[in-house]
Amino acid sequence: MKLNERSVAHYATCDSPADHAGFLRKRVERHHHHAHHYSTSYQRRWFVLKGNLLFYFEERESREPVGLVVLEGCTVELCEAAEEFAFAIRFDDAGARAYVLVADGQATMEAWVKALSRASFDYMRLVVKELEKQLEEACKSLAACRKSPRRSSSSGRKRHLSNPALLPLQEKPSILENGYSTWGSGGCIPGGAACPDHDGGQAKPPPLPPRRRSATGSATGSSAPSLSPAMLESPVSPDTICFSKLHNWYGQEIVVLRREWQERQKRGHL
Amino acid sequence: MRYNERELLSLARQPAEKAAEIRMSVPKKGSVLKKRLVKLVVNFLFYFRTDEAEPIGALLLEHCRITKEEENVFSISFIEEPERKYCFECASEEQCQEWVEALKRASYEFLRRSLIFYRNEIQKMTGKDPLEQYGISEEARFQLGKRQQEFPHLG
Repeated sequence: MKLNERSVAHYATCDSPADHAGFLRKRVERHHHHAHHYSTSYQRRWFVLKGNLLFYFEERESREPVGLVVLEGCTVELCEAAEEFAFAIRFDDAGARAYVLVADGQATMEAWVKALSRASFDYMRLVVKELEKQLEEACKSLAACRKSPRRSSSSGRKRHLSNPALLPLQEKPSILENGYSTWGSGGCIPGGAACPDHDGGQAKPPPLPPRRRSATGSATGSSAPSLSPAMLESPVSPDTICFSKLHNWYGQEIVVLRREWQERQKRGHL
Repeated sequence: MRYNERELLSLARQPAEKAAEIRMSVPKKGSVLKKRLVKLVVNFLFYFRTDEAEPIGALLLEHCRITKEEENVFSISFIEEPERKYCFECASEEQCQEWVEALKRASYEFLRRSLIFYRNEIQKMTGKDPLEQYGISEEARFQLGKRQQEFPHLG
């Protein structure tokens, strides 16, 4: 099977920050035709963890990795090798070989085991989903205890990210390419002025942007053109993939809301 | 560069975020569009001959650029070689847009930025770091702002 190796090697060696790095000794796996083992040997390699990819180099200064371990569908565990501070990366696939690695001390071993066991894409996705949920809940409880002079145009409609006002103020993230998108830190629209208030407000709500009127009360708050049948077969919730779409979409609403909010502020409203 | 091909093949068999038959060409001289089964799993795009169980190839989707080309067509290229394009001709403009959106969000780096964004927002709203309860707030991979270059070594 081909792999875009040149690009992968470039990703390994470019200056995007690593999640973890250090020297480890890697057990050399040899084919054993017989049941007995020859003496195991280890090679010292420079390991670099980026995302769900563990690269290893011959030397710290090497320009190209010698190898790569894709960390999906694996577990990391301490192992009872003859060596102290040894741990293994084992794959769910029963016949797959394990990677046995040896650190130079208890602390480095623990740091590696921790870093590697949280390296999978699936794990990252779980954490993101959890935070999305928490953000939504935080918005709801904030809305519940604040009175707002205006209603967000989303009132009455459950949305995945219920408060557009809390997304960054910039209109769109400039998604240049994967790995180079820029959010900017942006900021919340200050004060409770823009919090959605489902109880109704004292002032008239701003007019809905035209395309929002036809939206139905789906969880993603959109007609979700991106949900195709092919996606539904996936065990992954579509919620996580809506982030960017939602962000782009609400960005435009925010410009309108913000302008109105600023005008109101000038006129002495809060 | 060695890699655990067996595990990658196993990954190719996992449920996909997205899969479709799309005509595809690789950046090689004289390459023509051929019908392939294209499958997105985590941050890899696998492509198969339509009747085969094992993929012909895989593309790691990090530091890549997804570009909408002409009608129904998008391309994938990589930062260090932007002229070398993998082209995909979809059945419709709608399908094309769906894939462009999905692929732009498919990288681990994108996921990381999403996480940092949510963490930041929750912290601003509630004053609390949502990762603390999981005991992972100090992990390098979740840090806000520019992450420290703790391991200057390469390049």
